[in-house]
Amino acid sequence: MRSYNEAFKDIPGTTVFDATRSRQGYHLNMFCMSLMKAGNRERFKADEQAYLETFPMTPEQRQAVRDRDYNRMIALGGNIYFLAKIGATDGFSFQNLASKMTGVPEDDYKAMMVAGGRPAKGNRSIADKSK
Amino acid sequence: MARITAGIATSHIPAVGAAIDLGKTTEPYWQPVFKGYEFSKRWIVEKMPDVVVLVYNDHASAFSLEIIPTFAIGCAERFAPADEGWGPRPVPDVEGHPELAWHIAQSTILDEFDMTIVNKMDVDHGLTVPLSLLFGQPQAWPVKVIPLAVNVVQYPPPTGNRCWNLGRAIRKAVESFDEDLDVMIFGTGGMSHQLQGPRAGLINREFDTRFLDKLTADPAGLVKLPHVDYVREAGSEGIELVMWLIMRGALKADTREVYRFYHVPASNTAVGHIILENP
Repeated sequence: MRSYNEAFKDIPGTTVFDATRSRQGYHLNMFCMSLMKAGNRERFKADEQAYLETFPMTPEQRQAVRDRDYNRMIALGGNIYFLAKIGATDGFSFQNLASKMTGVPEDDYKAMMVAGGRPAKGNRSIADKSK
Repeated sequence: MARITAGIATSHIPAVGAAIDLGKTTEPYWQPVFKGYEFSKRWIVEKMPDVVVLVYNDHASAFSLEIIPTFAIGCAERFAPADEGWGPRPVPDVEGHPELAWHIAQSTILDEFDMTIVNKMDVDHGLTVPLSLLFGQPQAWPVKVIPLAVNVVQYPPPTGNRCWNLGRAIRKAVESFDEDLDVMIFGTGGMSHQLQGPRAGLINREFDTRFLDKLTADPAGLVKLPHVDYVREAGSEGIELVMWLIMRGALKADTREVYRFYHVPASNTAVGHIILENP
């Protein structure tokens, strides 16, 4: 199992949602889950901090949500399928979230996708960037 | 007896569902995507199955982190579209086929697959977008659907080999069902895409093309691909492609490729679609 989990760590810019992440991010992801109900979305929008306090998350996780810092949320155990519900609550498309995570303006990100996406070459391995 | 007539694989991108629901299918950005399904919509009307076994992954809609089944089969009479954060898609409820679903559950469990039986479940874009792509916007879906949800969110997901073998067990189950039914199996998700982190937007046309080629010609080779290769080559969400192997496993060895479509991009994703027909 150790070598199974380790193998993913050579892939750049990618976090695999394994047991460690799942335990770390449980309450953050369950907060996201709560946003599937319209009433909860309204409560969250009305007072973000107060709503976040109702979940036993860490202060860092709450701050990352308030900052809409998706890479930070992932580092703190968030899973993108769950985090997408924050984006949906905000009325943003997935491409908007992707532009935030990749640090480029949304139009540039869209243009990259139309041009065929981010190439695999050079993005396969941290150890060997020529791959 | 029931029989599996064909398998269909298709991406299940949520933005594609939104484009259909909001009437954007003829916009220049979306037009090439939907053009790629025109053949399929005509083809399936001619070959209309009675039941579709629809393999998909739930995207934190019906299953949160509270309960994470590796393979979950929907045995209910009906399934409602899920509210994924922006309200449920305006599509009909999905009508199940409880008799066949229960039969598949029993048969595959006795074949040593530990299926989770689900009697109440909302279905998200992973299931409804493929239905929209194949059947358009009817008042009611023209087929009964057995949802088969596969965990690809929490690691580890099932191996490609396990998925392939489950497909084979589903075929055995369908062929032992004592009713004259035409059944199709859909494998959904993929193809290459990464939705998370600084590497988001990864697309790998070469990998996807090889995957499509091998799906018909060399599935036994394809099932050996380890998870790390999917993530490295096809992006973190490219792991969804293991679900296509359940579809392939349920088909005959000499299944025939009828149609293929590939397009980049739809939102963040490479759209892949293939139709395989049993002889």
